[in-house]
Amino acid sequence: MLNSEVESEPRAGLKPSPGQNPETAAAPEVSPVRGFLLSRGNSAIADAGFRWLMVFSGLSIFGIVGLIVWQLALRSQLSWQKFGFSFFYRSYVDSVTHQRIFWDPVSGHFSALPFIYGTLVSSFLALLISVPLAVGLAIFLTEMCPQALRGALAFLTELLAAIPSVIYGLWGIFVLVPLLRVYVNPFLIRWLGWTGLFSGDNPTGLGFLAAGVILAIMILPIISSLTREVMTAVPQSQREAVLALGATRWEMIRMGVLRNARVGMMGAIILGLGRALGETMAVTMVIGNTPEIHASLLSNGSSMAAVIANEFTEAVSDMHLSALIEIGLALFIVTVIVNALAQLLMWAVTRGAPATAR
Amino acid sequence: MGVGIEVINLNAWYGNNHTLQDINLHIPANHATALIGPSGCGKSTFVRCLNRMHETNPIGRVTGTVRIGGLDIYQDANPVEIRRRVGMVFQRPNPFPTMSIYDNVAAGLKLNGYSNRRSLDEIVERSLRRSALWDEVKDDLKKKSGASLSGGQQQRLCIARALAVDPEVLLMDEPASALDPVSTSKIEDLVFQLKSQYTIVIVTHNMQQAARVAEKTGFFLNGRMVEFDSTHKIFTNPSDKRTEDYITGRFG
Ligand SMILES: Nc1ncnc2c1ncn2[C@@H]1O[C@H](COP(=O)(O)OP(=O)(O)OP(=O)(O)O)[C@@H](O)[C@H]1O
Ligand SMILES: [Mg+2]
Repeated sequence: MLNSEVESEPRAGLKPSPGQNPETAAAPEVSPVRGFLLSRGNSAIADAGFRWLMVFSGLSIFGIVGLIVWQLALRSQLSWQKFGFSFFYRSYVDSVTHQRIFWDPVSGHFSALPFIYGTLVSSFLALLISVPLAVGLAIFLTEMCPQALRGALAFLTELLAAIPSVIYGLWGIFVLVPLLRVYVNPFLIRWLGWTGLFSGDNPTGLGFLAAGVILAIMILPIISSLTREVMTAVPQSQREAVLALGATRWEMIRMGVLRNARVGMMGAIILGLGRALGETMAVTMVIGNTPEIHASLLSNGSSMAAVIANEFTEAVSDMHLSALIEIGLALFIVTVIVNALAQLLMWAVTRGAPATAR
Repeated sequence: MGVGIEVINLNAWYGNNHTLQDINLHIPANHATALIGPSGCGKSTFVRCLNRMHETNPIGRVTGTVRIGGLDIYQDANPVEIRRRVGMVFQRPNPFPTMSIYDNVAAGLKLNGYSNRRSLDEIVERSLRRSALWDEVKDDLKKKSGASLSGGQQQRLCIARALAVDPEVLLMDEPASALDPVSTSKIEDLVFQLKSQYTIVIVTHNMQQAARVAEKTGFFLNGRMVEFDSTHKIFTNPSDKRTEDYITGRFG
């Protein structure tokens, strides 16, 4: 009985539509709203225009990426032709000092390996430090923080993202590095030296650890604010569902919030990682800038972005320049690979459980 | 075994909105009690006060006494213990979308560290059978997610989830509002079966449903309990004019 009512009404309202024969369309009692809507036509041109604009925006990304890769490949040809794939692993042992040399512009020896190593180590170290902190911060802000404090804390976190990286670098040099040198490094060497990750007698305090810590602070706001966003988006009814089963607050957060937010959180982490991989200025200022590979996080090293920033203006030989550009290309490729791996990981994590919330 | 619920001078607020005013009633053990009343009168708020869910709302506030099986839940217990004993089915289905059907049902047990695999399987099956969902999902218990079910199936999944932890009291907030007549009658059968072992409080807009499943019925209006009596009395010879108007369909 309800059905007939619902169906008959819109039909009556639709009568004076343009598709119908002119006699009924000319019926006098067209309401103002209907008249207005009829006068609008079907907006086909605007719609098509809009569509092409969007298609263009979408395709332009291919153009931009393609141009970048093409230019990098073109300009790194010299080094590519000379070293081929060995650019990514070659090295030799100096006969006098018995040290392994990867990168020596003077003698024309170039390899990307120490820089790739430095970039990966410092970035993953940054994630290791930053992710627990960022997630903890996001949980605190969404689930526990008193309302009054929430805005202020969120604002402060986001402020971290607005600080230019050279300021982070300065802070690193004047505050973080001395702190590491005087207090943290000796402590790490003493208690965790046996792991091999904290050894050596680097008197400067610079190095992978310093770069990792700086990067961790720099990516903290991205990860925590995106995580906060996805956690806020989890419906209240999910939290209530878990609470009603007799969950403690922490169990509620784990089962009702983190579980539902994990795909978004993974996205946040990937974005943070992307920033860490490419970060240049701050890293250059604290990593030490020596093209070496060491297991110890306390030793000096360099990263791909750092070596390009450092040496680009001073590169005199064509080969040196070409090698630097190839490192740029390598940075691009590493970023793509790391992102792909992260996507794969994300897929693997979520595959176990069926589709996510819609 | 179910336990009785004694509500004394219960008041509840959302911010400044005095949603429940001086509610007093005694919900008998091992019976089904229906709560009826027009939309917005405070039925959901009332049942949410019975498992201390109301206070999880930042602007929610409660005063008064609720005793469940003699235990004053606002004085002598913490919310977590209460909610382990008092199960709840919400008005809108809220399955866990990232969990399989199996894990949805087992969620409450796993949460509390129950890990005996075999008996977990049994409990999941029994709960799903009771909530009349088993036949529809038995082939993809672990393959499909809780969110991939239809609305009515999701609600039955939520019922199974609440049953799996074997509560003493079961609060059901319009459990059948999204269900077709067949599933609705299955849910009613379930309530019928369960009430010998559990104390059931069921909110419903469906008078026949209240009349069919419940021994006691309470009528809410504008945050007050207008009348609370045996279902038979409420539906045949209510003592309050407003109750009579409501059940005869004159308002609400
Ligand atoms: N989360 C909330 N925040 C603020 N006010 C609320 C909230 N939930 C309910 N209320 C208010 O409390 C009053 C009672 O709501 P309640 O949900 O208990 O009604 P109900 O009887 O369950 O209605 P229905 O039959 O439509 O489910 C309403 O006036 C509503 O506006
Ligand atoms: Mg309700």
